[in-house]
Amino acid sequence: MADGSMTDGKIDFSVIDAIARKHSVERGAVIPILQEVQDTLGYVPKAAIQRVADDIDVPASEIYGIVTFYAQFRLEPLGKYLIKVCHGTACHLCGAEMVADTIAQVTGAKEGATSEDKLFTVERVACLGCCSLAPCIMINSDTHGRLTPESIDKTMQEIRKKEAASAG
Amino acid sequence: MSLAKEEKWTIKIGLASCGIAAGARKVYDAFKTQLKDKSLNVEIKQTGCMGMCYNEALIEIISPQNESTFYSKVTPDKVERIINEHIARSTPVTEWAIPQKELKGLMAKQKRVVLRNCGIIDPESLEDYLAAAGYQALEKVLNSMSPQEVIDEITTSGLRGRGGAGFPTGIKWGFARKAEGEPKYIVCNADEGDPGAFMDRSVLESDPHTVIEGMLIAGYAVGASEGYFYIRAEYPLAIKRLEIALAKAMEKGFIGENIKGSGFSFNIKIRQGAGAFVCGEETALLMSIEGKRGMPRVRPPFPANSGLWEKPTTINNVETLANVAWIILNGAGAFNSYGTEKSKGTKVFALAGKVAHGGLIEVPMGITLKEVVFDVGGGTSSGLEFKAIQIGGPSGGVIPASMADTQVDYESVTKTGAIMGSGGLIVMDESSCMVDITKFFLNFTQEESCGKCTFCRIGTLRMLETLKRIANGEGKEEDIELLEELAHNVKRASLCGLGQTAPNPVLTTIKYFRDEYEEHIRDHKCRAKKCQALITYEVISEKCPGCGVCAKYCPTKAISGERKKPFVIDQEKCIRCGLCMNVCRLGAISVQ
Repeated sequence: MADGSMTDGKIDFSVIDAIARKHSVERGAVIPILQEVQDTLGYVPKAAIQRVADDIDVPASEIYGIVTFYAQFRLEPLGKYLIKVCHGTACHLCGAEMVADTIAQVTGAKEGATSEDKLFTVERVACLGCCSLAPCIMINSDTHGRLTPESIDKTMQEIRKKEAASAG
Repeated sequence: MSLAKEEKWTIKIGLASCGIAAGARKVYDAFKTQLKDKSLNVEIKQTGCMGMCYNEALIEIISPQNESTFYSKVTPDKVERIINEHIARSTPVTEWAIPQKELKGLMAKQKRVVLRNCGIIDPESLEDYLAAAGYQALEKVLNSMSPQEVIDEITTSGLRGRGGAGFPTGIKWGFARKAEGEPKYIVCNADEGDPGAFMDRSVLESDPHTVIEGMLIAGYAVGASEGYFYIRAEYPLAIKRLEIALAKAMEKGFIGENIKGSGFSFNIKIRQGAGAFVCGEETALLMSIEGKRGMPRVRPPFPANSGLWEKPTTINNVETLANVAWIILNGAGAFNSYGTEKSKGTKVFALAGKVAHGGLIEVPMGITLKEVVFDVGGGTSSGLEFKAIQIGGPSGGVIPASMADTQVDYESVTKTGAIMGSGGLIVMDESSCMVDITKFFLNFTQEESCGKCTFCRIGTLRMLETLKRIANGEGKEEDIELLEELAHNVKRASLCGLGQTAPNPVLTTIKYFRDEYEEHIRDHKCRAKKCQALITYEVISEKCPGCGVCAKYCPTKAISGERKKPFVIDQEKCIRCGLCMNVCRLGAISVQ
């Protein structure tokens, strides 16, 4: 995900241009373009919206409307680990609120926010479709199921340890 | 210890999302590594969802004599013993194997049409699919049937749309065939957004070619030349496997120009849904493919006449398309021998919630809910009494245990006030509060309302506020009537399925569990002990050894005490999240 396409908070517009060019041969390509921009940059910066608008000749207001309509798009950068907390029906019955509370407790990031150390971003999602393993969460692209406060705590500590090791 | 070369063993490991989440990938790797240096003749295969999600990570070992054994909740440290005893010495590790009786019980009432290959073939292998009669239905159609004959066969089979509304598929295809305009499109709706549903994900992760073949046959029948899979971005593995399947099918000439020399050409693209539940509604979905905000529009014109870019478009759900090849190969008669008078065939359900044997199941239409919960699902997981079943997700309703004899078919389910929906079945026990679950669904539909229709946008919000009030113990006597009135108005004044069905959870819970609402309002009591404003947590001093785990996890630091002495909860600070009760292994926290 988010990698070297941004330096000093500046966006490399040629990356966005290339993405727009690749998809623009197709009709209705604006959503795939935004999806790839987000995959590359980790989020959709406001400046990228204007750039995509110029590239494919669609009003920026319309693109902003699309970005804010769909839950997938983010206007703010992410922490290194994106935790999606499942609030599907099965997870709700099996303790999704307990999971959310524990995660807020151990990461320091509430749902919808990023932790101060920029390590964790916590998001609320409708359903991850792993209902039989409820309650579950997704950390980046890995799903973790049958969670308990202890197992969540353990997983987060492991991530912290790994990060501390690579930093030090 | 040596085995003759021809004595081949097969190990199948379920690598769909649920399995991977339960650690199946590590189990797969452990088998690979540990078998590398052994002179055993073993093939390790990945496969998709075997349906028994409660047993993940799940593996199947097939002996040279073709005897199958399933192992449940396998972890890498169990691998060595399984290899040494079961494979090397042909003595299964019985204490880890799933008893044959349990397997038989699970399968006794199931009938697998859609899931025929799931958990059996490798979803990333076209050869596996071809060996399971794959693409034979397509070849049959191209070589020996006219498009009208295909439509007639599907109409005769009685197949109805599995996305929820249940419109007859053959008739839908007929409309699109007759519609004027070129090109025509087939869209597969894989935007499975209802919480509690994972049928489409599992099918696409486990047997993507079946769905592709169904789409190709649909394309041939209606005279379409282009297809789209509209699939949730939240399903990365399903997208990956679908991409692999499309590439392989294209390479072998099942997709593309002049397919198998028939003159029929068809191309398929994938579009990822960007996280809007309303895009499951067909006109909103089309808007999204066109690159707009996914908001529904007035019908008519129906998509069959004016759909994607105003061209004739057929929209079918994943499960609907997954039935098609089977019907063509086995005949409409074989399909409509299952089911009831008006609902033919089988239905796939995602069985979850407080059920012992949760997973992906496929049952003939007409089976009763009781059979699903007890015979297939093994009853409740908690041992508490079965209270109700939620069917159809946020568009559906709650059916009480007293009506568990209700048959699962479109008409019978609709009669209860719920709808069949796409296939989420959530079992609830006595610890589930009906006001709470309704509030949960309304919260979802209210957030997902696209905002176009006033009644859906504002009406669902007013309903949610009322439900919150009741759950907080601040409900008024007239609130139940207010909810009913709002519910009827939202149903009547909304354009699409989202708003028309959003009140169903409210109406069904009021209909069947009115006393629970009244208890919340009059007695400020939540019998399931779910509604936070109406309960209190306390430490049972006699049971508390003073370990301090509860205090460690308490988010508001409301629990305090000295080590080795009973702790106490400060009710002023307590937010009643229940974390303490969850972490206490000694049952020393009570809720009243």
